[in-house]
Amino acid sequence: MKKEIKFNLNGEAITLEVNPNEVLLEVLRDRLGAKSPKCGCDKGDCGTCTVMINGKTVRSCLVLAIEIDGQEVVTLEGLMDSGLTPLQKSFIEHNSFQCGFCAPGMILSATELLAKNQKPKREEIQEALSGNLCRCTGYTPIIDAITNLTK
Amino acid sequence: MENNFFGEYKVPIIHKFDYLKPKSIDEALTVLAQSKNPAILAGGTDLVDMIKENVVQPDVVVDIKGLDALNQIKFENDTLFIGAGVTFSDLIESKIIKEKYPVIFEIAKTVASVGIRNRATVVGNICSALPCMDSGPLLSAYDASVTIAGQKGTRNIPAAEWFIAPRKTALQKGELVTGVSLPYPKVKHAGCWIKLGRYTGEDLAQVNLLILAMADGTFRISFGAVAPVPVRAKKIEKLINGQAITPSLIEKAKQLIEEEIKPITDVRATKEYRMHMAKVMFERGMNAAISRLNGCGPEYGTSVI
Repeated sequence: MKKEIKFNLNGEAITLEVNPNEVLLEVLRDRLGAKSPKCGCDKGDCGTCTVMINGKTVRSCLVLAIEIDGQEVVTLEGLMDSGLTPLQKSFIEHNSFQCGFCAPGMILSATELLAKNQKPKREEIQEALSGNLCRCTGYTPIIDAITNLTK
Repeated sequence: MENNFFGEYKVPIIHKFDYLKPKSIDEALTVLAQSKNPAILAGGTDLVDMIKENVVQPDVVVDIKGLDALNQIKFENDTLFIGAGVTFSDLIESKIIKEKYPVIFEIAKTVASVGIRNRATVVGNICSALPCMDSGPLLSAYDASVTIAGQKGTRNIPAAEWFIAPRKTALQKGELVTGVSLPYPKVKHAGCWIKLGRYTGEDLAQVNLLILAMADGTFRISFGAVAPVPVRAKKIEKLINGQAITPSLIEKAKQLIEEEIKPITDVRATKEYRMHMAKVMFERGMNAAISRLNGCGPEYGTSVI
């Protein structure tokens, strides 16, 4: 049943044997040590497990690890090769974290938005982050962090 | 096992299955015919969750993302073809959709959130066939057909015959939906999509409504999430087609909605609320669709609810 998959994780070539029933989120966290994606709802609603596959954000709790054979996966760790990104610094400046559980997903979703749209309107930011739930901040500091960066 | 934020233990998928990523439709059909209980995987946003919940227990998962022929959005012979691998994000970014079917852009923008839309497909949505799906009214209002490949050949099923019951479609074992075809209406037209949720973004529908207003004075009206399958409101269409759309006619049509739909009470809304809002949405949707037909009205993608 086990199959070998080859993929790119944060710039590193990975070869791994996986069972078809292993979920990408478990493999990233428990086997590859990428701890930024979190298990929140485990059914695609909360966005804490967000990672990028080929530049697009996905819910890693709803992807089978075996599906990413030949693909390029980026977790928040992968954006930080040269330290904190400007977006992360802006999150810190605006106190956009409290517990921090949603932050990796928020930052990846915002990164995807800014790659497509450098001057998003407030509504567009809200829409882009609507699949990432935050139970602490009330969202305002998160949206402020993104708008201030794009001013 | 992992202890999540809420202190629940998340158990990995225990059910065992095999995985195959066929390189051709024929190869996919052979596997589907030979396996006892195959599951077809496109985006996986429904399927992986259903496997986790043990609602589906496949012996083999057939991943169709490797079939390039299914990843196309084509407009040929006045018909739009959306392949089974096309995601909602693909639709939002498509030029053909923006130019010819802007209401599909409007629908796709209301489906869940970006991270789901990057994986989830229209065809997956109609194959899961949950009553609250957003693609049901689309197929029904455009008189679309579902293209199905099987070992005996290809067949096309009209949208009206595709949806049988919640989670039940006309797809038979061993078959694969390759895409959906939406004929371009022959006359100038405009549309309006309204999705009612508890909040904007990332919610399932309480009521869905798609209205197409045609320049010849006819309308196509389809409701979702208010009956086991999408409802094409034929009685209302019969009442208003070719008539001058006056406030009193709209009032009569709103009364007819009570005969057309059968909403239920569930965790998302009561049946009374759904019925009331279906009427409000109908009136606003008619106004918006007619305004758009006349070259004004809200921009596509702007919610009117």
